[in-house]
Formats: sequence, structure tokens, C-alpha cells
Amino acid sequence: MYTEAVMDHFFNPRNAGELVNADGVGEAGNPVCGDIMRIYLKIEDDKIVDIKFKTFGCGAAIATSSILTELVKGKSIAEAEKITNKAVAEALGGLPPQKMHCSNLAADAFHKALAAYRKNRHKSAPAVPAFG
Amino acid sequence: MARIYLDHAATTPVDPRVVKAMIPYLTGNFGNPSSIYQEGRAAKKAVEESREKVAEILGAADAREIIFTGSGSEANNLAIAEVAWAYRKRGNHIITSAIEHHAVLETCKALEKHGFTVTYLPVDEYGLVAPEAVREAITDRTILVSLMYANNEVGTIQPIVEISKTLQEKRVLFHTDAVQTVGSIPLHLKELGVDLLSLSAHKFYGPKGTGALYVKKGTRLHRLIHGGAQERRLRAGTENVAGIVGMAKALELAVAGLEETVPRLVELRDYFISQLVSRIDHVKLNGHPTRRLPGNINVSFEFVEGESILLNLDRKGVAASSGSACTSGSLDPSHVLLAMGLSHETAHGSLRLTLGKENTKEQLDYVLGILEETITRLREISPLYLGQTAERRI
Repeated sequence: MYTEAVMDHFFNPRNAGELVNADGVGEAGNPVCGDIMRIYLKIEDDKIVDIKFKTFGCGAAIATSSILTELVKGKSIAEAEKITNKAVAEALGGLPPQKMHCSNLAADAFHKALAAYRKNRHKSAPAVPAFG
Repeated sequence: MARIYLDHAATTPVDPRVVKAMIPYLTGNFGNPSSIYQEGRAAKKAVEESREKVAEILGAADAREIIFTGSGSEANNLAIAEVAWAYRKRGNHIITSAIEHHAVLETCKALEKHGFTVTYLPVDEYGLVAPEAVREAITDRTILVSLMYANNEVGTIQPIVEISKTLQEKRVLFHTDAVQTVGSIPLHLKELGVDLLSLSAHKFYGPKGTGALYVKKGTRLHRLIHGGAQERRLRAGTENVAGIVGMAKALELAVAGLEETVPRLVELRDYFISQLVSRIDHVKLNGHPTRRLPGNINVSFEFVEGESILLNLDRKGVAASSGSACTSGSLDPSHVLLAMGLSHETAHGSLRLTLGKENTKEQLDYVLGILEETITRLREISPLYLGQTAERRI
């Protein structure tokens, strides 16, 4: 049913956990469907310097969350935000068809985390450039 | 460590004594029971002796009341659809419950497309149907009531005798899907008072591909399979001789062993449940605490999902099952758990362990350890879990 890569990421999840002072947090899925993925980001100089995930869900949900963190960690925002759910599934050597829809939302959670980061940054930055 | 099989509600290994009884009919005695020469007569004799044995063990009045089928699902289809069509002139209303096996629910849904109306009775939090609700649902158009004896997921045993008593003076037929019950707990047709009862051999250490339907004398049915005159013309096709012989042998052995297995499995089951709730927090038992099949354990672990539990158990050598959406083949979790009022989240976190005669306390102790480790690990990475002391409930 699952590829070896899925099983590897499921049994040995990379970057599992949370970041206390995250610059952006994003969540996708819902408990009714049985899958919730939450992504925590630490960003410095427009670069993803750290990323963690917490996921409630099936094998595919946990494996996609895990591999997503590997795919984007260390990358620039511009590079990382090109990631799609499809690319995540491909990186795992594919997912069973019924898992593509509900359990493959890690990239969505990541994009939401990036959006939250941008919103946070906007708020904390001065509205008008200050003259020094 | 050898594999630990804890999914006996799905299927059971064939008892070696059953295999031994079947082998002559797969090798030397290969005749077609419909043939008139010696080989055919020998096969016919084996089928009819098996029919008599099954009838006697179940408590049927006559061996002709037993119709052999290819599965429990086929027996359910025969019992519901072919009774419905045979009694179409009398009425078009069928009563069943929300927690039936798909073989019953889907048959009912198919009939709804052909002018039949179906009442799906609700169940309480334990999965029990109220006898008075059955009685109240009856109209002058009702022809059949179909309720499972024991539920395959949560093991809840319905008050079938009580329900059949309330139906006595009503002009309706009563079918029970006893696929999970036959061979698991004592059962006698005379006490049950049902008109139709389905069973399946592979649930009691018999072969797959063999089921049966008890049809009380005088009950009319339409033909399910057209062709030859086998099985009182209801189900054409050359008989699965070895399978039928295997079913009769398996039933004989299972029923003879009940006195020993029932108390042993009940003790193992209750030991496991009590250990589990004392060792892991936020665990809920699904189904009735006592009115349940001897080997059935069904629990929900909050904040985790069933498939991920199963994958971990499988890697550690344990075979089990879950009612999560990921394992039901649909987007929704178990219809049984939802009908009992569980939230989607709690249903997704369900685990079913069904014990069999070969399971031991040592095996269960091993599984308890694996579960404790697995649930802790999965909760550590679950965004829903806030730690053992947290009061938050999903």
C-alpha cells in the first residue's frame, strides 16, 4: 500500500515537534476527516532556518508532513514556496490514490505558515519608514 | 517473536481438524452431488449429512431449513432481498438498524431503489437497539425486520430473544445476521424465535467461501441464483462440497468448545481492557461493557488516528483493525461508531482487537506494552494532544 519512503518517514519522522517562538504557524486539514497538520517556521534573512511539524492522522499524513520539512528546510522563501502537495507526494515515491486528497496537505499547511509569517512581520514592522 | 493475530472478527485460521475433514472431498471424492453414479452419490451424502449436522447444532426443526451459500454476505442478500420480493404483495417496508453490516445495509439501499422503504433504527451509546423501537416502527406495510445478533465492530449483543417476543403477534418476518455470533456464544434457534439466520464458516475456524442461511419452514423466498435445482432451487450452482463439509465440522468443534472458550476469552478481554485504561489516559471503551462478544475489544484513543496505530502494531508483529476512515475505504469513519454517537475524531482513533482461541495472556501483555509505546509516540507528534494532565478534550 505504502512505498518504503512513506514507511521510513512515518516510523522515523524528521523535524517532529514544535517551535516555541515560531515566526509563522500554519494548519491544514480538520479532525472530522481525521487529518490535521501544523507547521512551525523559524525564518531569518528570508530563509527557512528551522521547521517543525505536529500531525494527527494516518501514515500518509505523518509521512508527508515529515518529508515536507526536509524539502524546505534551509531554503530561501522564494525557493521553498514553490512546493506543492503533488511535489511532496512525488518525493515519497507516490501515495495510494485515496490518500492524495485528504492526507496530503502538508504543503498547504506550510503555505499557511508562510502567510502567517508575512502577516506577523507586516504587523511588527513600522507602518511608515522612520527617519533616523 | 511470532506474529500475534488479533483480528478474529475479520477471519479465523482454519482448524487443522477441519482441513482434515475437507481433504477427502478435494482429492478422491470429487464427484458432483447432482450426478447419479457412485462418486456423485458420495458427494451428495456428504452435503446432506453436513446439512443435518448444521441443522441439529443450530436447533433447526428440519435439515431442509438450512440453505448453503457462498458467504455470510450472500446469506444476508438472500434473506433480505429474496424475502422482500417474495412478500412484495403484502407490503414494502423493511426495518433494520443503523449499525448493520454492509451486506445488510447495501441490500436495503438497493431495495429502496425498487420501491421498498426502509427504517434504519438508531442505537444507544452502547450500540443497542431498543425492542420497543422495533415494535413502534412496524406499520401495516412491514414485511421484514433484519437485525444483527452481535455487531462485528463493537461486539454488542442485541436482545434478539426479547425483540422476537415483541414481534410474535405481528405478521412480520424476523431475520438476524448471526455471522459474528455463531460459534462465539451459545445459540439455539428454538429459543431465538427468528425466521431467518445468517452464518459464515470462516468466522468459526472453517473455510472461506462457505455460508448458510437458516430459513424457517413456511418462509417464502425468491431465487437468488438461476440455474440448476440445488439448494431447494433458491441458489443454483454445484455445491462447494469440501467447504460445506468443512463448515459442518468447524461448527461442531466450535460449539463443543464454547464451554471452555467463552469464559477464557471473557477473562482475557476484561483483563486487557482494565489494563489498557489503567496504563493509558484518554481511552474510551466502545460498545457495551458486558453485553459484548467474548473476544471483542474496541477502544478509542483520543488525539491519535487508527491507521497509524495499526501500522505500528503490524511492524511489531500484531494484526488488528480500526474504524478510522483510512481503513474503511471511505472518507468517513465507521458508521457503527458514528451511530453510537462518537465524534468523528474519536471514531478515527478506534482500535479493534478480536481474540481467538489461540491467543494467550502473554501475547496480550506484549500488545499492551506495544500500545503504550505507540500511543505515547503518536500523541507526542499530535497537535491535538496537550499532555497527560491537560483537560482538553477533542
